[in-house]
Amino acid sequence: MKKITYSKQFILLSFLLVVFFFINISLGSVSIPFKEIVKTLTGGISTNESWETIILNFRLPKAISAILVGSGLSICGLLMQTLFRNPLAGPFVLGISSGASLGVALLILGSSIFGGFLLNASVSNWSLPIAASLGAFLVLSAVIIAANKVRNTMSILIIGLMFGSLTSAIISVLAYFSEAAQIQQYLFWSFGSLGNLSWNEISVFAVIYIIGIVGTIFVIKPLNSFLLGENYAKSLGINIKKSRNIILLVTSLLTGVITAFSGPIAFIGLAVPHIARMLFTTSNHKILIPSTAIIGAIVLLICDAIAQLPTSEFTLPINAITSLFGAPVVIWLLIRKKKIFV
Amino acid sequence: MSENIVLKTENLTIGYQSKKAQNIVASHIDLSIKKGRLVAVLGKNGIGKSTLLRTIAKVQEPLSGFVFIKNKSLKAYKHQELATCVSMVLTERLPESQLTVFELVALGRQPYTNWIDKLSDSDLEKINWAIDETEIQHLKNKRFYELSDGQLQRVLIARALAQDTEIIILDEPTAHLDLHHTIKIFSLLKSLVEKTSKTIILSSHEVNLSIKFADEIILFTDIEICIGTPSELIEKNAFDNLFPKEIVNFNRKLQQFIVNKK
Repeated sequence: MKKITYSKQFILLSFLLVVFFFINISLGSVSIPFKEIVKTLTGGISTNESWETIILNFRLPKAISAILVGSGLSICGLLMQTLFRNPLAGPFVLGISSGASLGVALLILGSSIFGGFLLNASVSNWSLPIAASLGAFLVLSAVIIAANKVRNTMSILIIGLMFGSLTSAIISVLAYFSEAAQIQQYLFWSFGSLGNLSWNEISVFAVIYIIGIVGTIFVIKPLNSFLLGENYAKSLGINIKKSRNIILLVTSLLTGVITAFSGPIAFIGLAVPHIARMLFTTSNHKILIPSTAIIGAIVLLICDAIAQLPTSEFTLPINAITSLFGAPVVIWLLIRKKKIFV
Repeated sequence: MSENIVLKTENLTIGYQSKKAQNIVASHIDLSIKKGRLVAVLGKNGIGKSTLLRTIAKVQEPLSGFVFIKNKSLKAYKHQELATCVSMVLTERLPESQLTVFELVALGRQPYTNWIDKLSDSDLEKINWAIDETEIQHLKNKRFYELSDGQLQRVLIARALAQDTEIIILDEPTAHLDLHHTIKIFSLLKSLVEKTSKTIILSSHEVNLSIKFADEIILFTDIEICIGTPSELIEKNAFDNLFPKEIVNFNRKLQQFIVNKK
């Protein structure tokens, strides 16, 4: 009886995903007829070669990265909220996003302090993601070490917050000693951007994303037992340490690669799991994980379409849009529902 | 005879281990509990009832000594295997979630389900049996946060039943309940023991009810820890040491504690 209602919601969401995917691609500074877009995407030959280039090399990778970023961050948020049994948890809380930012800051801002050797070839396509991933992993390993020593999940949450403020303090110090041009460059990265990804980068992105998703599917069972609290989970025979480490690893992998490629994007990881819980009124992760992923993808496709400012040459920072668009939505949902769940 | 003993402790010392010091809560605990018994653990606040239950359930390690479950040392059990022998009902509040009563009871089947947690027909059978036994059919589709304390306690007992273990441990299952619901829980546990011949161990402050319902009582007093049937313990005057005598006293004739008259 329940399964029917869930499948209805899933069909609706998948439909919306496809719709917003096409809307996202059809918007941009150059207006391209919808027919041509469908034709190009289905493998046909467009009448206009530059349209084809725009669609295949700019808009399609951007829409795909919106889907990967949106669903990836949302799943990370869900994992963190369940693991810490805290509705306010998200990839930012663990300090992983901050760790990634630190990596980027060291690369961009550090170059003026430590000399140019860090920054040959004016930030190549790859140095940024590598630096961000390294930063994310650095903070992550510190958190994992702490998590294995501290049993209390609340303490881990606070440790994550401390790492977050620690890294932003370091970034502030770096910024203080940096030149204006470098600070500007760092700022642009921190605004977030879904574009600028080549197909090579997208494929690296996709491989890591799939690893993360597979890991997530393997922890569905422990995640559900965590809904009863750690002691019950243990009494059900769940290996807490192992599940916790898998969750932390998946989160850091996904957050690291996402932050590297698209900048620190706020709000999505925190808010989307709540939207999924409200739409599906369940806490069962078998339902929540796919629904959170689809909703996350849809939300980011919408945010990116808004950032595109239809018919304009400008693109607004995606990070600002996710907060501007999303924060009021979450506030409204929470006020209406009055109860927040994990 | 020893096959009937499901739980045994030998020279067990329980407490908390910190880096510098051992905080011993109780020591020299020698118990043996037979299959199909309702066992009440009694004692005043902070004397170690919960610590004993947590140690038996391997939630925390003993400081020294041994616990045997079905003649196998607790140390030799993996958590997964222990989960098919011992289930728990804890006092801690559940995290806020939207789990339904059915889903909550179904989580009791986790030790038996496959990696993706798929419920088989026999799992569903056990779940429905547990729901029937605890008489919570009408609550099946409710969210657990909608329940009263008494209802929630029955749901948690159903979850432990669904886990289908020989031993069920309950930490103060009647802590927040009124007298009516307290008695209902006690008689539910009693009838479960009789029907299923599982061993149910509960800690409680309900001394008078425990004397009426329990097959055996583990009594924590300042002087010693003793185990026996209620009548054996009454015979030994063991209840006299349970509380300081100024306020309440055990009345042997009535077989219960009576508040002193001024």
